[in-house]
Amino acid sequence: MGGGFGPLLSFLATTRGGLDGHLVGALRKARSSVQSSLVTRVIGIALAAVVIIYLSPKVYALGPSYFLRIVAVGVALGAIYALIAIGYTMVYGIVELINFAHGDVFTLGAFISLPLLVTPFWHLTEETGGGWGIVLPLIAVFLIVMLITGLINVGIERVAYRPLRNAPRLAPLITAVGVSFFLEGVMYLWKGAVNLHYPDLLPSNRFVGGTFSAKDVIVIVAAVILVAGLAFFVNQTKLGKAMRATAQDRDAARLMGINIDRTISATFFIGAVLAAAGGITYGLYINSVNNGLGFPIGLVAFTAAVFGGIGNIPGAALGGLIIGLIRATNDGYVDPQWTDVVTFAILILVLTLRPTGLLGMRVPEK
Amino acid sequence: MNEPILSIHGLTKRFLGLTAVDNVTFDVKRNEIFALIGPNGAGKTTLFNCVTGLFAPTLGRVVFDGSEITGTRPHRVAKLGIARTFQNIRLFDYMTVIENVLVGEHARMHAKLWDSVFKTPQERREEAHVRERARELLKFVGLEKHAESYARNLPYGQQRRLEIARALATDPKLLLLDEPAAGFTPQEKAELMQLVQRLREQGLTIFMIEHDMKIVMGVSERIVVLDHGEKIAEGTPEVVRRDQRVIEAYLGKSA
Ligand SMILES: Nc1ncnc2c1ncn2[C@@H]1O[C@H](COP(=O)(O)OP(=O)(O)OP(=O)(O)O)[C@@H](O)[C@H]1O
Ligand SMILES: [Mg+2]
Repeated sequence: MGGGFGPLLSFLATTRGGLDGHLVGALRKARSSVQSSLVTRVIGIALAAVVIIYLSPKVYALGPSYFLRIVAVGVALGAIYALIAIGYTMVYGIVELINFAHGDVFTLGAFISLPLLVTPFWHLTEETGGGWGIVLPLIAVFLIVMLITGLINVGIERVAYRPLRNAPRLAPLITAVGVSFFLEGVMYLWKGAVNLHYPDLLPSNRFVGGTFSAKDVIVIVAAVILVAGLAFFVNQTKLGKAMRATAQDRDAARLMGINIDRTISATFFIGAVLAAAGGITYGLYINSVNNGLGFPIGLVAFTAAVFGGIGNIPGAALGGLIIGLIRATNDGYVDPQWTDVVTFAILILVLTLRPTGLLGMRVPEK
Repeated sequence: MNEPILSIHGLTKRFLGLTAVDNVTFDVKRNEIFALIGPNGAGKTTLFNCVTGLFAPTLGRVVFDGSEITGTRPHRVAKLGIARTFQNIRLFDYMTVIENVLVGEHARMHAKLWDSVFKTPQERREEAHVRERARELLKFVGLEKHAESYARNLPYGQQRRLEIARALATDPKLLLLDEPAAGFTPQEKAELMQLVQRLREQGLTIFMIEHDMKIVMGVSERIVVLDHGEKIAEGTPEVVRRDQRVIEAYLGKSA
């Protein structure tokens, strides 16, 4: 199993009652109170002040180009977190399930893409790589992997979550942890528990005094395109409207003639499509993947979703960016060993002080 | 054409020992205004839930427009032509007024996902038509000026009317209204009665639960009375008004 999984699972096991009672409880309560109290604001401002005072000498000492480099990495990683966080938030919005297997769906996307990089039609390897020639094949790989992973996630929902739709909320939550184990196990049997090299296909030209690389830009642009496509889909299509209606009131939606089984399947499909795209993007960016990668990354993305306001799609995108920036800042200026501590401290702070997150839950788009 | 639009045969719904609806049988005729009344907890809303497919009945059958719909899933029931409003308003709060209505229209559209992603001519034509109809419905309930407001920001009375417009958007044959006048001013109640009459004139059948006796006696042609899940009376307003068991149920003697 990948690092970090054991302790996380025992955390889940020992606090399982707590998870449902507190986490979900806090999230539910959040629906009624969107305003942040004065205390929350004071604590927030005080924290921000301490962080800025602590960091500014370091930022100054290491110079502006280092700072820009951190920002570029933070935004690129943040874009990947955003892609995962959106799936978390959409699934939570529609079935109120915290889908702990979602991070593993992300890894699955990266795994499925590996054998597809070399086919009779194209050879996406580091030797042949580079140049504009890789654009179309790479897009094809993205589309195929997104489709396959989406269908797998639809199957997972059908088998593992749908039979529990009317069960107590803890049941599907535990099942999701089980699915997470299952997916990691399958990937372990497939490729073993080793770090797999992911081909470095993207150009690494650097601009602005070496701060931004073409890789950063490509990752960010890919994420922006995907999120824009999603926004169009959710706001402009019938199925998107049906998804919003189902998230807001399931029974009312059914009585309007919406087949909620289909709508929920579509939500899992889209969540997995974005996660799979995130997985490939991660592989292309970091050039290393392993079977246990998804769970911790998924928790970070979950934090991003809660930070932005769970159930809220723009919130998840924004939350991903901010968490990416915070993590990059901590990696670059403080100590990478503390980055997870900082991330999950943020999760705890948000859940206790402002469970609605930054943008609130399901706020109107206008 | 004289066969009933809705027949309920021996309908029973039990929840863990509590029998909410107990062997109830009655018909709703085509194009009538029919009322279901009874004290709190009598099982009226539960009966609506069984008809619309939100609950599967424990026993009994529901026949709508000649076909059996017992246990049919709600979205199928909606497509067959039954729409409803809820006792406690359940709008899509974070959608605009017109979007709420469009959700109902969309379920009937033919254009596929493909068409709406690529905005094919077929989709454009249908979308324009559907928006037009949504505006007409809003006008019908007097909400055309609020089309772009968020549903949650409407005052209470308007939310109730929006719920009716949304239900009509599915183009139903039978409209179920669960306490449509709850919390209304006398003025709003009068308007509601007019609205119900107009809908009937357009060919709809109205089946409503209502506590306000003035409305019930004023607009409905026939009434069924439930008490503790059982049907205790059925007939015209005059008959029901004078029924001994109904009077007792409402005065609380049966408790
Ligand atoms: N989902 C449910 N689970 C368990 N019991 C239920 C459920 N729904 C309704 N009941 C019970 O069934 C009985 C009938 O409830 P119902 O809501 O149908 O009454 P009603 O006639 O609509 O009353 P009111 O006039 O107050 O709306 C009540 O005792 C209620 O507590
Ligand atoms: Mg009721």
